[in-house]
Amino acid sequence: MASSPGKQPAQPELESIVRGNRRSDLVMAGIGMIVLLVAMALLAAVFIDLAVKGWPRLINPDFYINFPSRHPEQAGILSAAVGTTLVMLVTALVAIPLGVAAGVYLEEYAARSWITDVIEINVSNLAGVPSIIYGLLALGLFVHAFGLGETILTAGLVLALLILPVIIVATREAIRSIPLELREAAYGLGADKWQTVRLYVLPAARPGILTGAIVGLARAIGEAAPVITIGALTFIAFLPPPPVQAQPPFINFEWLSSPFTVMPIQLFNWVSRPQAEFHINAAATGVVLMVMTLGMNGLAIYIRYRLRRDAR
Amino acid sequence: MTNAASVVIEVQHNRSFGGASEKFLRRRAMQAAIARCILFAAAAASVLVTVGIVYVLVTESASFFSHVSIRDFLTDTQWTPVFENARFGVMTLVSATLTVAGIALAFAVPAGMALAIYLSEYARPGIRETVKPFLELLEGVPTVVYGFFAVLFVTPLLQIFLPELSGFNLLAPGLVMGIMILPYTASVSEDAMRAVPMGLREAGYALGYSRFRVAAQVVIPAALSGITAAFILGMSRAVGETMVVAVAAGQNPNFGFDPMEGAATITAYIVQMAMGDLPHGSIAYQSVFGAGIVLFVITLIFNVLGFYMRRRFREVY
Amino acid sequence: MQTLNAMHSKKPDKIPMKNINETVYVTSGADAAAAASNTLRADVKSLSFWYGENRALSSVSMPVWDRKITALIGPSGCGKSTLLRSFNRMHDLYPGNRYDGEIRLYPEDRNLIEMDPGLVRLRVGMVFQKPNPFPKSIFENVAAGLRVRGIHRRAVLDERVEKSLKDAALWNEVKDRMHDSAYSLSGGQQQRLCIARALAPQPDLLLLDEPTSALDPIATAKIEDLLTGLRQSVTVIIVTHNMQQAARISDLTGYMHMGELIEYGDTGELFTNPREKRTSDYITGRFG
Repeated sequence: MASSPGKQPAQPELESIVRGNRRSDLVMAGIGMIVLLVAMALLAAVFIDLAVKGWPRLINPDFYINFPSRHPEQAGILSAAVGTTLVMLVTALVAIPLGVAAGVYLEEYAARSWITDVIEINVSNLAGVPSIIYGLLALGLFVHAFGLGETILTAGLVLALLILPVIIVATREAIRSIPLELREAAYGLGADKWQTVRLYVLPAARPGILTGAIVGLARAIGEAAPVITIGALTFIAFLPPPPVQAQPPFINFEWLSSPFTVMPIQLFNWVSRPQAEFHINAAATGVVLMVMTLGMNGLAIYIRYRLRRDAR
Repeated sequence: MTNAASVVIEVQHNRSFGGASEKFLRRRAMQAAIARCILFAAAAASVLVTVGIVYVLVTESASFFSHVSIRDFLTDTQWTPVFENARFGVMTLVSATLTVAGIALAFAVPAGMALAIYLSEYARPGIRETVKPFLELLEGVPTVVYGFFAVLFVTPLLQIFLPELSGFNLLAPGLVMGIMILPYTASVSEDAMRAVPMGLREAGYALGYSRFRVAAQVVIPAALSGITAAFILGMSRAVGETMVVAVAAGQNPNFGFDPMEGAATITAYIVQMAMGDLPHGSIAYQSVFGAGIVLFVITLIFNVLGFYMRRRFREVY
Repeated sequence: MQTLNAMHSKKPDKIPMKNINETVYVTSGADAAAAASNTLRADVKSLSFWYGENRALSSVSMPVWDRKITALIGPSGCGKSTLLRSFNRMHDLYPGNRYDGEIRLYPEDRNLIEMDPGLVRLRVGMVFQKPNPFPKSIFENVAAGLRVRGIHRRAVLDERVEKSLKDAALWNEVKDRMHDSAYSLSGGQQQRLCIARALAPQPDLLLLDEPTSALDPIATAKIEDLLTGLRQSVTVIIVTHNMQQAARISDLTGYMHMGELIEYGDTGELFTNPREKRTSDYITGRFG
């Protein structure tokens, strides 16, 4: 049948099909490229728009060392920057140990059982819960039921819960990528499971876990919704007490219960004002925030890239 | 007795081979047991977060629903919680929420598909390896920055072409939210497309298919549940996103689907109430949780649906 | 024997190409006459192929006769699939691959290595190792190759789909469920569906890459039967792991080893009276 010459499709017909195929391929590749370029242009537009609008404040050193003010040209981000730093300290101290421990349990210890299934479904579901719902959790539970108030501790805790799934998932992936040979070598030496995990698996997984922690913290830095929901103040013209002091016991925990503001809230506050002068401050704050979050994400991507390259 | 004896024998056995003392081995076993407990506690704590969320939403909104009937809540088209004659028609907030998310999806679906097809079927590996991290970077932009962009860049820009567009509107935050979820949806759909086995593509090429035809008739149908999951999860993000709408969509609870006018979404309402100093236990305070439980249920439905579709996709490949 | 020694030399690359790649072509008297009366469908002329730096084919030359079944046999990694996939330029889908040499396609006598790969694939059909139907209905799977050629008329589609399914010996099993998903078929049925899909556009050449290796013996027997039924109408090249299969269904057989075509010719001759020691080692099971 194939060779009966009468039925064989004529050559020019096939060639026109090939030409049509090439055209549709070219169109599709073109559309894909355009979307990609538009996405890149938009990121550039976001950043350039902020940088241009915020430039007068960005180059003014007062912006970084002043408190917020009713006078836009005197307002600064000092209290917000300090607030962000302290909140992130709490978040990191809570989320990283908790997330890594949960990740290790799920990856190394959990036997196939309904409890494990519940935990796993729970983690993937938590990753999809809107951040503002975490805010409501903190408002109802931490602020009122536990009486922690609208403090740095509450904000740090809620952001820690928010990024917990990110760290758990990153930990699991990092542990999963550790070759079996390494474990076998450790067990072969007579190490028990905990020793193997603590002495061999976790150190080898450290870069992957670090990546997850950085991505999680970058997300926490940019989050405003849950922190607003717990009722963080927007006008803070003082600094919390410092966490370290010269006199014994050298560490001071009063800052945990201090009122605070963070940079995304400061931005939100300024962009919501009708006066255009405050928008300049908002734009400048946006630049600082973007530099921080994109820098951290970039660092995480770079670490992961290095990891993959070394693995090859 | 036999048990104890066997332990002793085992310990002696260990001692003779590894030189580890009985005391050390006992301490090691204890440490291992404690570690295991701590690790399990940490994993279980993640469940407590969900329990906490459900507990708070249910208890706080329970007292809300003792004042407001669920029927009024779902059918009334007015939302005026701080008025003298307070009314709580949550559909007012839901309509704005869905409008914004719909606009976001109307942008993100075609753009995300085009990008995913391009990356998975056309782009050379070098380009793909460069673009994927870039998409991840886009995901890291703080949402409040996108809010700034929506109200002070996109809205003025759109007003050039649509002079009747209000300063606060649903169109600009919808579009910006589309941009925001684009990297996520594109990258998840691209993963789904790439998971389609090469053998299926080869079957298409062996018939003389063009790349476009392979993408449209082989890869997309095969990856459809994975791609759908990507957009459902993207939709869930758009519904739950807060700062863009809080900044750019305005705070008037209007029932309707007009993208040219501003309207408060569920999330924007929660932010608005939290910014004012609400007395703990007041009906307005509780209404925040009433709105919150609606948001939670909507996103939960999307998440479960997306989770299920994704799981089904993974079972196939 | 000179060739054999060259093959066993430690650095074959240093030896001039002509010497290492002297394929032995065997034909019985009767088949030589048959071959003479026959026409060429394709002609491989000193084809070499590289996956990146790795050479997978070294200067293979092989005529492909019209309306014959040609089998390629040899140990794993010998290059038989690589050679097969060169006929429809499947290698062009992946970066870093390189051809050298020619595969002339008849009757118009063009080198298909230099043609547009899309055009080549419109003329050369292929069936793969694992059944790979599209996630569509049975009917749409068979019609897929027709639609891509711009054939959309229902009557034509119905007729050609039915004929292809009959040729693939699947018609009776599926004629009442044409619009069921192709995935509802068993593995053996799926593979016959893939054969029908490849036959529907009436390819000049049909490539089969170990089409029965994923199937049970009964399904394998069905496919062998249908291939035997096709031998008068379609030109087939089949790669197979299974020597008995090659002996049963093919008219011509090529034995490949380490990227080279060692011996090629009439199937009966090659299996009963191989001229090359390596061929006889392989077919008697002493190697491979």
